[in-house]
Amino acid sequence: MSVRSSIAVLAVLAVVGLLVFGLVSKGSTRIAVGDTAPSPTLPRLDGNGKSSLAAYSGQWVLVNFWASWCEPCEEEAPALEEFQQQQGGKDFTVLGIDSRDLSGDGREFTRKYGLSYPQLRDGNGDVAHEYGTNGVPENYLVDPEGKVAWLTVGPVTETMLSEEVLPLVREKS
Amino acid sequence: MILRATRTIAIAAAAALLASSVAVAAQPQTSLNEIESEVMCPVCGTLLELAESPQAQREKVFIERLVDEGKSKTEIKDALVREYGDEVLALPQDSGFSLSAYLVPIVAFVVAAIALAFAVVRWRRASDGGGEDAAPPPPGPSAEDSARLDADLARYDL
Repeated sequence: MSVRSSIAVLAVLAVVGLLVFGLVSKGSTRIAVGDTAPSPTLPRLDGNGKSSLAAYSGQWVLVNFWASWCEPCEEEAPALEEFQQQQGGKDFTVLGIDSRDLSGDGREFTRKYGLSYPQLRDGNGDVAHEYGTNGVPENYLVDPEGKVAWLTVGPVTETMLSEEVLPLVREKS
Repeated sequence: MILRATRTIAIAAAAALLASSVAVAAQPQTSLNEIESEVMCPVCGTLLELAESPQAQREKVFIERLVDEGKSKTEIKDALVREYGDEVLALPQDSGFSLSAYLVPIVAFVVAAIALAFAVVRWRRASDGGGEDAAPPPPGPSAEDSARLDADLARYDL
């Protein structure tokens, strides 16, 4: 193969590679039950340092993606806080991730609903993208080994928490 | 008496100066309209000026508040990047890796122009027949063929 042909082939491969990279980096697939939950480090919403899902290793964690501008998130917030009050401890916690939101608005939201569970901040939505979320709210129950055990798209209700989440947490704790 | 009046005037002048400097500091340096055409609504994936989602409304309120505080366009964009990351900017930044978004198209254009110029020169040489790759002219008739042609022409008196 001549030098000219080699350059042409390399140029075509480079263009195809760029197109594939663009498609792969744009797309996102929702993680499923049984998958390992992504655990990147994020800043805490209150501004005091950073944390991640890995910090709760050995516990059941209900990862809740939310935003202050989202009305369904307002609907589910009291139920989540109630569940945390009843079940939160060394074996279980709700972990809020405020996604694509203004930090001041997010902090105001947690004050308004008296949310006591830990909150992280995902300002650019990268972690929500890693989970493959389509929006907020979405909830992922992660077992002590870091695997997704249950998930729901849209707001959780008291019924879902008591009939779907609680049995899993109690059964395997 | 005169001393007291002088002191009062000096205090009043200082207060007026302070008030005017505060007023200047809070003077809007930019506007929502100017900024919303240059930043994105991260949730909608469109320019903020085209977005009406609840998140976009919050972002507009945030920008308006900073405009009212007298922040410059750059300061407001920096604040938006701190909140939402680089993706909030409609145009990539002109520093770091983002600079490649401007440089790559320019370099690609220059390379394509040079390649096109070379190709045109080669095509012109080829069409003029002076190029090194040009096909050799066809050989003329042999002496025998020429003699036969002349004989035929004479025979038919053409």
